[in-house]
Amino acid sequence: MSEPLLQVRGLEAWYGESHVLHGVNIDINAGEVVTLLGRNGAGKTSTLRAIMGLTGKRAGSVKFQGKELIAARPDVIARAGIAYCPEERGIFASLNVGENLVLPPEVLLGGLNVPEIHQMFPNLLERARSQGTKLSGGEQQMLAIGRILRTGAKLLLLDEPSEGLAPVIVQQIGATIRALKQRGFTVLLVEQNFRFAQTVADRHYVMDHGTVVDNVPNHELAGAMDRLHQYLGV
Amino acid sequence: MAAPASGGAFEGIASENEQMWGFTRPQLIALGLMLVGIVIAPSVLYPIFLMKVLCFALFACAFNLLIGYVGLLSFGHAAYFGMGGYLAGYAAKSWGLTPEACIIVGGLAGMVLGWVIGSLAIRRQGIYFAMITLAMAQMVYFFCVQAPFTGGEDGIQAIPRGNLFGVIDLRSDMTMYWLVAAVFVIGFLFIHRVINSPFGQVMTAIRENEPRATSLGYRTDDYKLMAFVISAALSGVAGATKSLVFGIATLTDVFWTMSGEVVLMSLVGGLGTLFGPVAGAAIIVSMQNYLAEFGAWVTVIQGVIFVLCVLAFRRGVVGEIGRILKVRL
Repeated sequence: MSEPLLQVRGLEAWYGESHVLHGVNIDINAGEVVTLLGRNGAGKTSTLRAIMGLTGKRAGSVKFQGKELIAARPDVIARAGIAYCPEERGIFASLNVGENLVLPPEVLLGGLNVPEIHQMFPNLLERARSQGTKLSGGEQQMLAIGRILRTGAKLLLLDEPSEGLAPVIVQQIGATIRALKQRGFTVLLVEQNFRFAQTVADRHYVMDHGTVVDNVPNHELAGAMDRLHQYLGV
Repeated sequence: MAAPASGGAFEGIASENEQMWGFTRPQLIALGLMLVGIVIAPSVLYPIFLMKVLCFALFACAFNLLIGYVGLLSFGHAAYFGMGGYLAGYAAKSWGLTPEACIIVGGLAGMVLGWVIGSLAIRRQGIYFAMITLAMAQMVYFFCVQAPFTGGEDGIQAIPRGNLFGVIDLRSDMTMYWLVAAVFVIGFLFIHRVINSPFGQVMTAIRENEPRATSLGYRTDDYKLMAFVISAALSGVAGATKSLVFGIATLTDVFWTMSGEVVLMSLVGGLGTLFGPVAGAAIIVSMQNYLAEFGAWVTVIQGVIFVLCVLAFRRGVVGEIGRILKVRL
């Protein structure tokens, strides 16, 4: 088997004194869409932040395309081709939509150009002159995803893109993620909503207490429902 | 790509679409009024006073670039202002350089000093950043007290204004005024250009959400240092121009109270607005001039105005006018 695009081994992370990740192991192959499922506080978002180097302190191993990134700064990690879309979306309020879209630097060749992003999210074209804060939640999410597609990053880390959005927008985000997969992007998705997750993902990692406790391929999801219910407590 | 309207404090205002050279229409009108004011003022008011206003306005604009657009509160900008003044004065008096060269020397002095202090201070945020810049500026102050070339307590006196480009005699106050006005306008437009460049947008992004800017792939420390160096260099230019105007460079300009004054000017005028620091500088310098008969009370009055501003007009004079007119200035 070829080497995975992202290989995380024994990843530990701390926020100040509190130890939040206790040895996370994740493998993601190129072109896969993988979700991290788990209860609140299980360490899903922390895993994304730790991969990106945004936690205070981290240890273990994060290899991307065979390159060790555990000691790298966040901006170096971003330039290696990993893009992160945080749950709070991080739209810059005093820039307008167009400016937010072109702000991230192009780190690698092969990113989408602005017309392609507009084709994917027509709303962003209509609202190009609007201030970043004046968008609806769904539009903000589209902008947050759209702007990291321009950079040429190969691996997208999306934190709860479906959160707090109307069902029809959630469907649209789902369609977007499938479209991204077809274009060859690799996606690591944090989700609480596994009904949404199963419509987009190839595989699901289940997290609990800061570590990965299970790995369920999407086609086995139906058979694993009892286990999942126990993990997720729903 | 269209340039953005500057300032982040006006979230309730719709984006204006008509833009020219990165100015919105109200900003263009304000710029026009300011230029007309600069041209007319010397026939009404004392030119030396106006030159002082313009020097401090440039200083405050440079400072505002850092606090208003990158969100860094430097409490040591007197160091670059004062050092720019000293070196320009020394260059004019001892090396006999022409005034434009002296101003460039002052700018370079601010730039180098800003790079040294900035690269140390930029590693910390918030109050620690302010304290490090203050401490460094005080070191520069005590260096200036001791160093032979500054003349210690006496300062550098009788600095000749010289001949601009070796040709135009600047001894007349009116001729000098046009030079100062030109330096100010160039500096002002340069700052505007920086704010509206892609570099300026990254600065805004850093101010709003630094971790996010980092995770998009920007090494934010480099951008902050660059902004710091630009701000320090322009402060040096302002200091150099001031020492040529008055023919004197003294310890007052490197002392920490000068750093406080520039903070006050930016606050009174309006942080993060294009014209705020200009208005703030005009207000504070006018108070110092026209209230001089009250002696030490000027400081008290300034203190009261500062308190009023923080309590009642948090956006500053220009910021409040902008809010009432619903435009960005």
